[in-house]
Amino acid sequence: MIRFENVHKSYGRHEVLKGIDAEVEKGQVVCLIGASGSGKSTLLRCVNGLEDYQAGGIFIDDRKVDAHAASIHDIRTRVAMVFQRFNLFPHMTALENVMEGPAQVLREDRKEVRARAEEHLRRVGLADKMDFYPSALSGGQQQRVAIARALAMRPEAILLDEPTSALDPEMVGEVLNVLRDLADAHMTMLIVTHEIQFAREVADRVFFLDSGRIAEQGTAEEVLSRPKSERTQEFLRRVSHLL
Amino acid sequence: MAPLTERMQDYLPLLITGLWRTVAVSLLALILATALGLVWAMLRTSRNVWLERPARFIVEFLRGIPILVVLFYIYFVMPEIGLDLSAFQAGVIGLALTYSCYIGETFRGGIEAVDRGQVEAAKSIGMRHGKMMRRIILPQAVRIALPPYGNNMVMLLKDSSQVSVISVAELTMQGKMLASSTFDNMTVFTMVAALYLCLTIPLNIVMRQVELKMGKSR
Repeated sequence: MIRFENVHKSYGRHEVLKGIDAEVEKGQVVCLIGASGSGKSTLLRCVNGLEDYQAGGIFIDDRKVDAHAASIHDIRTRVAMVFQRFNLFPHMTALENVMEGPAQVLREDRKEVRARAEEHLRRVGLADKMDFYPSALSGGQQQRVAIARALAMRPEAILLDEPTSALDPEMVGEVLNVLRDLADAHMTMLIVTHEIQFAREVADRVFFLDSGRIAEQGTAEEVLSRPKSERTQEFLRRVSHLL
Repeated sequence: MAPLTERMQDYLPLLITGLWRTVAVSLLALILATALGLVWAMLRTSRNVWLERPARFIVEFLRGIPILVVLFYIYFVMPEIGLDLSAFQAGVIGLALTYSCYIGETFRGGIEAVDRGQVEAAKSIGMRHGKMMRRIILPQAVRIALPPYGNNMVMLLKDSSQVSVISVAELTMQGKMLASSTFDNMTVFTMVAALYLCLTIPLNIVMRQVELKMGKSR
């Protein structure tokens, strides 16, 4: 469903992606792991055109992602995104945040949109917070609203950029639980994460990125428990204190 | 000389006429300047250099000219190229042009102060630029720009006294005429100052209330 073909990207003379080849199939949960600066967030942001790339191609169901083409708006309605720092709209309530995309971009019937938005908020456990503004919600609650906002677009895939990195430790669990539910429902997800234990649990595949390349990819078991590459082994050793 | 209260009663009607003219000039200029300022801000935050550059040039150009010169230019030079304006019209346009730049820069500051993540969030649900501006960025930018915009308003109101130089009979002008005919400078200009305060103090209070109210719904 998402295919990377020899993707190259540089910021000026600094090359951050040095030829990425990979594929994410429908219904798969793929975790991207790697040290900071390895290019995993950049790769994720290229998928919905928040960043452009210089060579190669990213294809979503055979449609090429081009950040500068008009088609990018349509692609973004099908591939939703959840950010590290939530990025909820602060002047709208939780419910309005979730309704914004379907009502304003997809122009769906407002009554239906509202009913569905309420359903999504219930699904992430926020039935009692619908009319709260983001500033009145905890980090974990805000991120769950952001996930509901992504779901409301009825996307074919969701991109998650370190969804728990900005959270206080005691709130990580509630967000991961929501993501587990989505994984169980076979939502296609591409998750940049430092939560190795979580990746082990939910990921169908894991990509390990190392300085702009996929150094290793395979099932969670293969990459996280029996890593072949020395770089992967070293990385896992370094983050093992987090487990 | 007649007693103070009597003199004040004598002067008041003329000064009140001036006060209303001040309010009219300021209000019209504010509406025009706000609309035009919004245009400057939209152009200056545009990614298109063909929109951004000319807007920046015009704003820098107008900001570099004293308001008195702008007023003289509109009132005395424009008729020579066939654009006859009344003093009142020239005053409103001059004030509006000058303040559109300040207000435009205030709005631009507000737009640019909105968190970058908001743009990304709006884009990521498929919003196009126009809708993103209207629905996501501007509502937040307005909140940020409101306090400095309030200052712009008060400054515009005070600077409306400048249009007296092209003979618009607003409050300052009325005061000057009264003073030169009565030689009662102290009473007249104290009254003029007090009347300006009657406008600016409530304006400041209202702005503070609006800020508080907007701050609450965040």
